[in-house]
Parts: sequence; C-alpha cells; structure tokens
Amino acid sequence: MHQQDMTLMAHLLRRAGFGATRDDLEAYVAKGYEAVVEELLHPSDPQAMPEDIIRRYHVDQSELRQLDAAGANWLYRMITTKCPLEEKIALFWHSLFATGYAKLNQARALLNQIDMFRRYGLGRFDTLLVELSKDPAMIIWLDNNNNHKGSINENYGRELLELFSMGIGNYTEEDIQECARAFTGWTLGNAEYMAVRASKDSIWPYGRIAWHFEYRDGDHDDGEKTFLGETDRFNGEQIIDIVARQEATARFISRRLFQFFAADEIDAHSEQTIQEMMQSYFDSGYEIRTVLRTLFLSDYFTSEQARYARVKGPVELVVGAIRLAGSYRTPTLGAHQLAYQTFYMGQGLLQPPSVEGWHEGLEWVDSGSLLERINFIAKELSNVQNSGVRAIIARLAAENGGTLMPEQLVDRCLDLVGPLSVHDDTRAALVEFAAMDGALQLKGHLPGDPSERRVGNMLRMIASTREFQLA
Amino acid sequence: MASAIRDKALVVIQLSGGNDYLNTVVPYTNGLYYDFRPTVNIAAEDVLPIDDAFGFNPSLGPIKRLWDEGKVAIINGIGYPHPDRSHFRSMDIWHTAEPEKIGKEGWLGRVIRTLDTKGDNVLTGINFGRGLPRALGCRGVPVASVGNLETYGLYPDLQEERSRQFALQTFTKMYGGGAGRDAVMGFLGQTASDALKGADILRTAPAQYASTVAYANNSVAQSLKSMAQVIFADLGTRIYYTQYGSFDTHSGELATHAKLWQEVAGAVGAFMDDLQAHGREDDALLLVFSEFGRRIRDNGSGADHGSGGVAFVIGKAVQGGMYGEYPSLKVEAQLEGDLHFNNDFRCTYSTLLEQWLGLEPAPIVNGQFEQFACLKTSAS
Repeated sequence: MHQQDMTLMAHLLRRAGFGATRDDLEAYVAKGYEAVVEELLHPSDPQAMPEDIIRRYHVDQSELRQLDAAGANWLYRMITTKCPLEEKIALFWHSLFATGYAKLNQARALLNQIDMFRRYGLGRFDTLLVELSKDPAMIIWLDNNNNHKGSINENYGRELLELFSMGIGNYTEEDIQECARAFTGWTLGNAEYMAVRASKDSIWPYGRIAWHFEYRDGDHDDGEKTFLGETDRFNGEQIIDIVARQEATARFISRRLFQFFAADEIDAHSEQTIQEMMQSYFDSGYEIRTVLRTLFLSDYFTSEQARYARVKGPVELVVGAIRLAGSYRTPTLGAHQLAYQTFYMGQGLLQPPSVEGWHEGLEWVDSGSLLERINFIAKELSNVQNSGVRAIIARLAAENGGTLMPEQLVDRCLDLVGPLSVHDDTRAALVEFAAMDGALQLKGHLPGDPSERRVGNMLRMIASTREFQLA
Repeated sequence: MASAIRDKALVVIQLSGGNDYLNTVVPYTNGLYYDFRPTVNIAAEDVLPIDDAFGFNPSLGPIKRLWDEGKVAIINGIGYPHPDRSHFRSMDIWHTAEPEKIGKEGWLGRVIRTLDTKGDNVLTGINFGRGLPRALGCRGVPVASVGNLETYGLYPDLQEERSRQFALQTFTKMYGGGAGRDAVMGFLGQTASDALKGADILRTAPAQYASTVAYANNSVAQSLKSMAQVIFADLGTRIYYTQYGSFDTHSGELATHAKLWQEVAGAVGAFMDDLQAHGREDDALLLVFSEFGRRIRDNGSGADHGSGGVAFVIGKAVQGGMYGEYPSLKVEAQLEGDLHFNNDFRCTYSTLLEQWLGLEPAPIVNGQFEQFACLKTSAS
C-alpha cells in the first residue's frame, strides 16, 4: 500500500467525512480513490447503529424537541455513521441555510430539516430549494407564515436570493418583492396558532406540536410578476426554476462548496476548479453530487495545495477526534455533553448565531475557543482506555518488537492519526518531548501502564499541534 | 475626567430562565397581588419592606441591606416592545440589544471592542462559566471564558506535575516558531500565545488574593469571588459576566425561587463586602437582569413565562431608589396577562454605558434611549 495513497485518502476523508481510523483507511485505499468518491457520493445503509437503539439507550435523547438532546442526537449520528458524506453535506447545508432554535423553540422541526438535507442534499439544487421553501422550521425562522397576499413579508424572499442562492448584487429590491409575492400562501398548517406557540415557548399543558407545510391557495398572490426580467404569474417553484439557472447561482453554490470542502480561501489557483464545478452544475441539471464529484476528482483537490487548507470547524474537530479515539461508539451516558463541547468552541449545532450562519475559517479560532478545542481533543486522544487509542498502541507494539526510539514514536504516531504532516519545528519539539523518557518499550504492555501512557501523552501533544487544527 | 472613568468595571449577572418580578419586589399591600397569586405569593408579614407598597422577597436580605445603605437602584417594569416569551429569543434580544431582527453582535462585545479597539488586553472582558454568552460575542473580539480560575488554561485534566511541565514546554515550542510560516500558522501561534498569556495572568489573581470575606460554595458566589480576585489583581478587565439559574419556575416556585435568591443575594452581598474591605467599592457596578418576568396569575405551583420584569443596579455609585414605574396589576393595564413593561432595557444599558463607562451608547444599543438618573455621577 503506497503511503501517498494513504495520505490522499486521509485528506479525502477529512473533507468528505470526519477523518478515518487506520483500519478504515486501509479498507478505503484497497478500493481505490475514485471508487471511494463514488461510495461517499451515494450514501446507503448509513446507520452503524439504528436510530431506535440510539434512542432506547440514550435517555438524554428521549426529548428531541429540546435543543441539547437534538444536538447530541445529530452528533451521535455523525460519530457512528458509515456514510460520512451524508452527514457532512447536511452540516454544509445547515451552515448555509442556517436555521436556529432561538425563534422556533422546537428542535424536532430542526432535526426534520436536517433529515431533509440528508435526503436531498446531494441531489438537484432546485429540488432542494423547493423543499427548503416548504420546510416548517425555515417558514417560521424567516417569517414566511407572515407573508400574505396583499401584505408581503420579504424576509424569506430576500434571504433566498441573498444568502441561499445568488448572493448580493445579482438582483434588485423589486426582484425581492416579486419573489416574496410568489411565496405567499407557503405556510404551516394552523400557522397562526403555531407561530404563537413558538413565541410562547411553553410545553405546558399540551407539549409542542409537530408542524407541517400547508399551501393556502386563497392566500397566494396569483398575479403577474416580473422576476429577473421574466414576467408571468409565477408561483414559488417557477421562481426557483429561474434562480437555479442563473450563472450567479452556479457560482455562489460552487464557491461555497469549494470553501467548505476544499479550502477556506479562494485564490487564483482555485478559479479553474470553480469553473469546472459550475460547468458540472449546468451539465448535470444542477446536481450537487456531480458538482462535488468534479471537486473531489479535480487537480486542485488532489494536490498538495488543498491539504490543510481549512481550519476544522468545532463540529468537525470534535466528531473527528471522537471517531479517531473510538470513544462513544456504544451508547454512553453523558454523550449529550458533546453538544455542549462544540458550543463552548463556538458552534452550537442547531443554534447558528444568525441566518448568515457561522463565520468559518480562521474566525473559528480565538484565545478562548482555542483552549477549548485543544483541551477537549487532547483529553480524548490521550486516554489510553479509548478503543481507537488502544488500536494505535496495538499497532505500535506489533512493530519492531514493540521498541520505538523517540523519533520513531513521533513519526509512527503522526502517521497513525493521519497521516498528519507537520512542520519541521513541530516535529522537532515532539521528538524532544518523546526523548525525555528515552526509547519506548511496549513489549508486554498492560492497559494503562506507563508505556501506554507515554503513547497517550504523545497523542496529546500531536492533538495539540497547529497542524491538527487544520483539515 | 476621561481617564478617571476608564477604570470602571461593569459586572453583569444574568438570571436565566425568567425571574418572577412579582415575588422579588413584592406589592405586599396590593389586594390584587394576593387575588392573582392565591398560592404562589409572599405573605405580607414576610417581606422586607421597602416602603408602604413594596417589599423585597425575604431571600434578598443582603440586597435589602445594600438598599438601606442607598446602593441599590430598582429598575421597575423593564422590558421591550412586542415581548417574546421564548427564553432563547428574549435572551437573544437582551444580549444583542436588537428586538426587531436577529442581531449579530453582543452589546458587551461591542463595549469591549470600543474600550480596547486594538485588542491589546485579552482580558478586557471575562465570562465566568463555560461557553460564551452572545452578549459578549463579537467578531474579532477575544473574550476569556473561565470555568475555574485556578485551573484555567491548557490541559486541566493533566494532573501529574512532571508530565504537565513537559507538555506545556513542548506546547510553547510547537506554537513558537511563527517565522516563515503562512498566515494561518502565524495566527494560530499568536492566538495560542495570547491564550497562554491570559491564562498565566489570570492564575496569578487567586494567588495574590487575601480576604476575610466568606463566599458560599455555589457557582454564582464562586464566580463573584473570582471576579473580586481579578478586580484586585488590576488586570485591566472592564467587563465581567456570569449567569445563574434556572429561574424558570413553572412549578414548585416558592422553594426554588427562595433558594436561588438566597444564593444570588448572598453572593452579591459578599462581593460588595469584599470590594469595601479592599477599598475598591468605587470601581465596580453590578447589573442584575433576567430575560423576562413571569405571568401575573399563578398556575397553582409556579408561574408561566411573562414579559415586564425587574433589574437591579448595585454599587456605591448608585443613587439608591425606585426607578421606572411598578406596573399596575389591574386587568385593563395588563399585557396579555403579564405586567406591562414601561421602560426599554436599552434605557438602562445606555445609562450604564454613558454614565458609568463613559461610552457613546447609541452605536452599542442601536439607538437613542432615555437614561435614568440612578447614578451619583450623573447628579454631579
């Protein structure tokens, strides 16, 4: 097995998933890069652990209408899924179509939205936008329940164009109003009552009630509308048809996908790839799966340039560390604490700060969040009780009769957590750390003994590197 | 004058969950109160009288003492237009000072940015507790979130001293070499250095601290003790924040509410004593607030979410007294069964910003709001 295949596969899995253990990587490399890309793009049988088992054993997830439980439930699916791209693309859409609990008081509706992203997130973009426009959580979040014939509320119409598809500067204020008119009547069943319930935030005495989409013909403005230069008696679906075929939309979506999956910063080298993604968008009839395939197979993505070109978001960081450490793989009391961990680092799932989502890239990091990030992953990866850490120890013990010189300990650990490539200075500091206790002898190691703890401490330091903060 | 103002610290205590105004400042001679609150009430003989009409909940003893010393301003009937009875949304509104739309910046984040435009002091704002409240969140504004002052910093889980020392040395080396690296690596190096610097400085505060004041062993008291330690250590911190709760007393209110207020009032009392003992009473002002009050009519065991509430401004600089108007309990004056707010919370924010911190309030609270004359400095 070639090291460069392993390195490339690790890169793909960090981006299209949440990283991978060495056992997983070996299985992926055996299949080949293109086959793995296809497998990731066609999620099937994602549940290593079925939802009913998760719910049965996680009493902390018994009330999914509440925020903490719902966030924990989604994190648990990210940790246990066999189809990581299905969750990763849902996280992408959640970041882009950022809908938050603050106004809804109904986390179940948010989880339903995430489920919709799983179903449609790799399919046609126009279909996804129609589903989004019918999504009850989105309707309440951006006030489309208050968007009436003869009395429009522009909120959803505006954000659909500005934040969800074309980007600012590609339409006029009149287009926004016409867009809003086309979405009049797109509301919830019993919308007035449900909106009051959301604002009252009371689970007494009847509990929270499930929401469903309702189209009210009588409240829909069926008059003629002029939108982006075209005139007809447009309804919402026709507006989305027009939006989906705009070059601005292809560019906007390609750029956002590029930034989420390839590199935080777009530079001159990226432009060629973005052009190819836009072409795929049109050639495939706006299919996100095809756009992503173009990206994952592109020269840019597979080159050195794209490696470590993203700052891991808190959810990626936490889920990645847990998948590597092998903790929480079976139902675990306290798993709901994980939802707090990502919140402490600045990314509370299902509670984006605003409809603009999170500020990503370097903005994930400040002095407070950096400490939270490092302290969490260092603790997970240094715990020699965790099954993933034990697997790393077992591999090390099986090599060279279990004897590792300081440099070997560093290099083998860097390899097994990634392969992770680090700067020379970083490596030198790690070697110095390893050398403080001389050569490591793992032969005859016992769970939790000092030799194992040395591996744990090495993993702690590797998890603390700057390089590990990047994807 | 400006420099004299610049060292003032603002301490904000958030009572999360919706503090029951009616049972905090009790209208104990108003028959309507006992009519609407047949079960969840404070008996007239139990209140700590403020005057002939109102009295403190008996659990607010230490605050009553401060009131008697003229150090407490009670802001009655505080709220905002179109009250939202969702905890999250309402708290969001208080945090962002933006009732009309989903705000992007925390009001105290803006304060920190204004006080320390270049981000010179990573400790200008400190939250005591895990996770940053939105009130302090602002792009590019570093704020320390301190769970425990004594263990704040890297690797709190690593106890063994030798390993810990090696680990910290190695960390410093790994993040030190910024030269020749790209912008991202340089930024991460700088941020880590800021974080360690902040942590190192913060950990000195408890070591320098000596006091005869005893704080209770609950998290709000311990947070206020940590704040006192940081104030005495003169680290240039201007904004202190902590939250406590839950005040969401839908059921079993009387016992829960009493316990919470004993803890909060006890903590505030100890903190003020500590400031006084260290001659620092002039340096800090407290704001105590909650996202909303509770429904006028009780539900037999507690009270549901309401709107109009009460806030307290506490400190030596305060001109003690009742501000705002205590909302009427008459049915025709109620707002959907709630006490009707009569002053926007941004009036209080503006008062503190201009009269205490010496800042221009409008850009921070998104508009011009009438201020209260509740501080002595405003009279002079």
